[in-house]
Amino acid sequence: MTAPSVSDDSFIEIENVRLTFGERRVFDDLNCRFRKGGTHLLLGGSGTGKSTMLRMIGGLQRPDSGEVRVAGESLGSKTEFELGEIRRGIGMLFQNGALLDSLNVFENVVLPLREHTRQSVEAARDRVAEVLASVGLEDVESLLPRELSGGMLRRVAFARAIVMEPEILLCDEPFSGLDPLNVTRIEALLVQLNRKLGLTVVVTSHHMASSLRMADQMLLLRDGGCVAGTPEELADHADAEIREFLGEDGRAYLARQHEIRDRGQG
Amino acid sequence: MTGAIRELGAQSILRVQALGRIANFGGSLVGCMFRPPTRFGFFIRALYDTGVLSVALIGLSGFTVGMVLGLQLYTTLARFGAEQGLGAVVGLSLIRELGPVLTGLLVTGRAGSAITAEIGAMKATEQLDGLRMMAINPIHFVAMPRALALALAMPLLNGIFITLSFAGAYAVGVTLQGLDGGVYISGLESAIRFSEDVGQSLIKSAVFGGLLGLIATYKGHACVPDAAGVARATTSTVVTASICILLSDYMITALWGV
Repeated sequence: MTAPSVSDDSFIEIENVRLTFGERRVFDDLNCRFRKGGTHLLLGGSGTGKSTMLRMIGGLQRPDSGEVRVAGESLGSKTEFELGEIRRGIGMLFQNGALLDSLNVFENVVLPLREHTRQSVEAARDRVAEVLASVGLEDVESLLPRELSGGMLRRVAFARAIVMEPEILLCDEPFSGLDPLNVTRIEALLVQLNRKLGLTVVVTSHHMASSLRMADQMLLLRDGGCVAGTPEELADHADAEIREFLGEDGRAYLARQHEIRDRGQG
Repeated sequence: MTGAIRELGAQSILRVQALGRIANFGGSLVGCMFRPPTRFGFFIRALYDTGVLSVALIGLSGFTVGMVLGLQLYTTLARFGAEQGLGAVVGLSLIRELGPVLTGLLVTGRAGSAITAEIGAMKATEQLDGLRMMAINPIHFVAMPRALALALAMPLLNGIFITLSFAGAYAVGVTLQGLDGGVYISGLESAIRFSEDVGQSLIKSAVFGGLLGLIATYKGHACVPDAAGVARATTSTVVTASICILLSDYMITALWGV
């Protein structure tokens, strides 16, 4: 992926985007930016376009008008082949995993390595074992997706999304269907990847506590546009509806964080 | 009146656009066949699914069709004292027309519909989008091996269908009706010319296989990604491919010169 050509540190830019599905307006003059190396949480009610925004960033969904830029490259004018070049630097976790059901776990996870690298069979096998272990999975390589539980399936999909060490990771509900232990494990892994590799993460999630621990920017999608800010800014926002989106868990977490910070300063 | 003309125009534009999309898809499909990697493993798997798993159906159907032909033609030819011609009539009708067409229609129902349903389900569960996000062309990865397998499996299945039809006609004409076995075989041998009859049969079945491969994979890729959309695409594959097979059969026969 080429270096960003923009002057600020925006890595993903969405400008004046409009999108309708039939009669339904999803985005109406949407503008937002995602900082390189940041962890960004997309919030919003059902049908506000959270998954659609991830698909737009991945080039899977073209807007009716406006522009989506990733690392300075405008996606609108790109052919499918050119988009493929950009997508090599993007990992995406789909809501239902999107694993190929005719391939076993190993074949699914190793697929990007086989397609785009010249790694030896042993190196690829080691790398697959490494990423599967990082999501808490062992001895599942020979299983087919239909033989996995929902949580295991999502972790395999997560392993496939990070196996190429992408620059951008798009996660659609990464914590849904996971037990608390694995929520913590995936959260820690996302934080580690973000710090170690400078990964830019865009997450949609309703798991507020985990999301707030990771996120340094939140974007609330509503009425076709978005409201962006840090978790603290949204928690103190004048609009009650925006504050409501953080939920009890979110507000309690932020209050605790304030308390800890105040005690530290005192 | 103006409304009807407008509707006719709109429908015509939609049809032309659909033809353009399928031509574009066909171009990509052919282009993918010459682009590495070869996807040999997936091709073999698809060949097994479309070819090997169709052998029982094709074999049983072929044998049954041969039995019916043997019974019908023997009775009819016997009326004119020409039952010795059973081998020649069965051979020509099966090799030139019935073999490729019936094989094409049977494979459409068994393998073509399955391919559309499989690709449609992959689209509905975002597996095709997952491939695109891994910078893998779904036409290259999913459609090309299956279309190629259909184009190769069809002539082979046609050969199995025809061979077992001959056996079926032999079982009825010779074993049950009492025609001399040597007369039946020599009738077959003398009537069939390899380059014209067998060549035409092989070309027809390869064309039918190619058409079915294109239609089945395109319909899967283009379907509306939900259960009803996949069901509609599967039905559409069977209907469209059947019509295309019958139309192209006539065109090849007419161009070849009967």
